[in-house]
Amino acid sequence: MSPDVPGPAGRPEAASPAVTPRVADGPGPAGRPVLRAALGVRLGALDLDLALEVADGEVVAVLGPNGAGKTTALRAIAGLQPLDRGRIELDGCVLDDPDAGIFVPTHERPVGVVFQDYLLFPRLDALDNVAFGLRARGRPKAEARRRAAEWLERLGLGDHLHARPAALSGGQSQRVALARALATDPRLLLLDEPLAALDARARIQIRAELRRHLASFPGARLLVTHDPLDALVLADRLVVVDGGRVTQAGPPAEVARRPRTRYVADLVGVNLVHGTGGGDHTVATEGGVRLTVAEPVSARDVAVAIRPRAVALHPDEPHGSPRNAWEATVGEIEPDRDRVRVRLDGPLPVAAEITPAAMAELRLAPGVRVWASVKAVDLDVYPR
Amino acid sequence: MSPAGRSRRVASRDRPPYALVPLAVLAVAFLVVPFVALLQRAPWSDLGRLLGRPLVTDALRLSLVSATAAAGVALVLGVPLAWVLARARFPGRSLLRALVTLPMVLPPVVGGAALLLAFGRRGLVGGPVYDATGLLLPFSTWGVIVANSFVALPFLVITVEAGLRSVDRRYEDAAATLGADRWTVLRRVTLPMVAPSILAGTLLAWARALGEFGATVTFAGNLQGRTQTMPLAVFLARESDRGAAIALSLVLIAVSLAVLVPLRDRWLTA
Repeated sequence: MSPDVPGPAGRPEAASPAVTPRVADGPGPAGRPVLRAALGVRLGALDLDLALEVADGEVVAVLGPNGAGKTTALRAIAGLQPLDRGRIELDGCVLDDPDAGIFVPTHERPVGVVFQDYLLFPRLDALDNVAFGLRARGRPKAEARRRAAEWLERLGLGDHLHARPAALSGGQSQRVALARALATDPRLLLLDEPLAALDARARIQIRAELRRHLASFPGARLLVTHDPLDALVLADRLVVVDGGRVTQAGPPAEVARRPRTRYVADLVGVNLVHGTGGGDHTVATEGGVRLTVAEPVSARDVAVAIRPRAVALHPDEPHGSPRNAWEATVGEIEPDRDRVRVRLDGPLPVAAEITPAAMAELRLAPGVRVWASVKAVDLDVYPR
Repeated sequence: MSPAGRSRRVASRDRPPYALVPLAVLAVAFLVVPFVALLQRAPWSDLGRLLGRPLVTDALRLSLVSATAAAGVALVLGVPLAWVLARARFPGRSLLRALVTLPMVLPPVVGGAALLLAFGRRGLVGGPVYDATGLLLPFSTWGVIVANSFVALPFLVITVEAGLRSVDRRYEDAAATLGADRWTVLRRVTLPMVAPSILAGTLLAWARALGEFGATVTFAGNLQGRTQTMPLAVFLARESDRGAAIALSLVLIAVSLAVLVPLRDRWLTA
């Protein structure tokens, strides 16, 4: 069954002047965009101005801190939050365009949603939860239940057809919510923080499962999350938002390797330093340290990504191999699994990750003066 | 912490401060002693004969019929009103909410008098209706039902309104994303979620209607078999026929307790 896309067919190229699309990277390898949205919403302190595109077969993750407007963006696409400005287009049909006076109500949009805490109807068993959408769209009860059972079996819940939501684990609830959203054959699947309701241990396994299930659904998928790991594992393309704006977009590996803002850098655990290219093999950083890099730098305004593990610490000024070295003061020290993360204050504020043994050897404590060094080949320089 | 230690801690937290105990005991005594007095004077040996008399059976039948009808009216009219008060935004909503609860605080006699002025033979609405159809509400069983509904409706409205306000509306959002229009959302998501409130409100309205006196006697009068409900019969018989009055009172107490015990439990656990 493919639910009808109602409403008047949109004027595809009637660009709205209020919101300017600012997605740098177009849709990924998948091709034809299914969703094209320019979302303008003012809601309390939030001023959302976001351009999003999702192509057929693509998984896009909107990554951002709490309050960045991720959930509002999702609600706008689902029709639960009308736009103030902009336009939402799905498969060429306009769903929301305040300037043109078009608004397709939620229940007529071919959009499935998996909500943050799943929101399974507590009085219905798993089967009737999944059958709900088909029933609401006028399918006979027997057919709706048969198809709901097929969906649940496909997601490995054949033994839990008649379980109430209260009797399901977090991972099972998530799969029921996924089956419920997919049972109506939506063109676009939205997932709001799909793993946030799970405890840390369940999360790792279910993240992998969810990736598999998302891959088996052919349409366009858009998920929002504040967890960079979820975004990196699940998405083909990341859109990083902060304060209602896109700050960076691109394939996960690219975003993780070359963060453009400090927020993304912190998320992926990379040091980000801004500087000015000298036209040769050097970059003058904002703090006054001149870094020598492996490749010639052509751009003027550049960002330098430094992995914390590439930062070495020494008691005295290092000599020998070509290194960038500077003197720093030890700031906060915190354990990070089998390593120790040391914040360095001084001309180049970065974090270094060293082994506990190295820390003991260097007698590190907050306030201690040390020398830090990075090899030129470990610096990733790119235009800002 | 060990389970034993834990339970001791909870127990000590649940123990009331000593100063409260005598006052609480006094309150219980104050509420219970009148019923004990009633039970003590009850004509137990004669009870069967008393309860079989037409005065008693007529009143009992009329009370059950009219209270049930009033609860039905409250259900049909009250749930939509509760929805409007809980969800719709319009100017004057606080005033409307106050008006709706007015019958709860007003002396029922005043309500009865107002009903008479509205639906009486020369009333605002009753006059034209009587002239056109010859239909007359006061001093009929229909009048009893109207009076009972008038006092009972607010109880259902405020109970269901509170229930609707506590509903997590994201479930309604979820239903909408699954293709449910507003009517389907109401029928399949909202109403099932407020079902406990609707049940509690209906029972409360029924219990309130069962004990109705002032509005009924003012608007519908006191005619045995037509408008004389149990409270009216008790009032009338209290001097002339004390045995019957006490027997009727016992029936009222038994019926009310049967409704209130499960209701209070539901409220406390909700």
